[in-house]
Amino acid sequence: MKVSVQGVRGSIPTSGSQTTQFGGNTSCVTLMEDGRMIILDGGSGLQKVTLPDPEVKRVDILLTHFHLDHIQGLGFFSPLFDPDKEIHIWGPSSITHNLHSRLNRFLSPPLFPVLMRDLPCEIVLHDVSNSSFEIGPFTITSQFVIHPGATVGFRIKGKSAVFAYVPDHEPALGPKGLIFDKKWISGFELMEEADLLLHDGQFTTEQYGKKIGWGHSSMEDAIQLAEYVGVKRLLLTHHDPAHSDTKLNEILDALKSKHTGQLDFDLAREGMEIELG
Amino acid sequence: MATYDIEIILNRQLADCLSIPVFITDTAGNLIFYNEPAETILGSRFGDTGEMPVEVWGTIFKPLDEKGKPLPPEGLPLVKTLKDQLPHHKVFWIESLKGKPQKISVTSYPIIGRMGKFLGGVAIFWENKDI
Ligand SMILES: [Zn+2]
Ligand SMILES: [Zn+2]
Repeated sequence: MKVSVQGVRGSIPTSGSQTTQFGGNTSCVTLMEDGRMIILDGGSGLQKVTLPDPEVKRVDILLTHFHLDHIQGLGFFSPLFDPDKEIHIWGPSSITHNLHSRLNRFLSPPLFPVLMRDLPCEIVLHDVSNSSFEIGPFTITSQFVIHPGATVGFRIKGKSAVFAYVPDHEPALGPKGLIFDKKWISGFELMEEADLLLHDGQFTTEQYGKKIGWGHSSMEDAIQLAEYVGVKRLLLTHHDPAHSDTKLNEILDALKSKHTGQLDFDLAREGMEIELG
Repeated sequence: MATYDIEIILNRQLADCLSIPVFITDTAGNLIFYNEPAETILGSRFGDTGEMPVEVWGTIFKPLDEKGKPLPPEGLPLVKTLKDQLPHHKVFWIESLKGKPQKISVTSYPIIGRMGKFLGGVAIFWENKDI
């Protein structure tokens, strides 16, 4: 399975000379296996995703949730304007609004000039919650995780590797932070022993102290979590828009020098390609 | 056992912040968490006991009516909530750890998760208050 990181920024795209190393586009990752691609999240990174085979009719986009930084690239993804394409969008529903109404809020005026029903492609919507489903060679588990609004994380099993994707997650929410008991960790089953986990690491510990309840994690918490759930490798993502390349490098250096465990961790970078399995 | 749904996890985290006793059960009535104020009522620490099956923790309380007669479990708020998935409230007496009857108010509510699924029950004990 090939993991390609297309967007790593949290909250808002942050382009400029200060973010060229890690990248300024918001959440988007593509996975490839046996020539089949699935797309995780439709942040601004989606805009530059190209299909591996332009002749392929079906495209699958899995959305963790509907915060703007995870869907703002959707309307600029060229296959949406191709009448020959069948775009399958998977995302969390809620008891009050189905996927169509949630998506339609964004893909309609005044936020977007084209109505979803007027898009030339065929759109097929799939509600996900605590679900399991298959797309080509991928077996996918989705589960609700702690983040404001209905938000899921994904565990994707390919032919010989498991990738876990939880870009927006605050598992330490509560007076005592993370509870190190697998029954009490949000998203545990999604992340358990994954070959690679791409996880929220928006804040430093100090910043997190002032942003409790915002739905994101400190990098330190994400590292502890990754160690506890036994992943082989962790990439921290959803970088704070205020963190320049210089700042991120400083934070990473500090984390590395403090870390005494075995975990292989790094900061996710736009353009990264990782072969798993 | 599988990880609890986040609705249960968040109820625990909330209970952990409160100064009132809170008990959280699964749908079968097994006690899966109680907070520090609840420890003083139960006479044990969650850190020591961990989860408790319904038949164990259900017998620790001796609910009594105003005349000191034992109350049947079916009339207790949490038992009703687990049965009908609705909130309930009742004022009654329990035999305290020191053997004296203690007047309490209990409010229970069902945890109905994001997808409308019944996930468990919560009982809040308002000590010595007629609510
Ligand atoms: Zn986000
Ligand atoms: Zn979000």
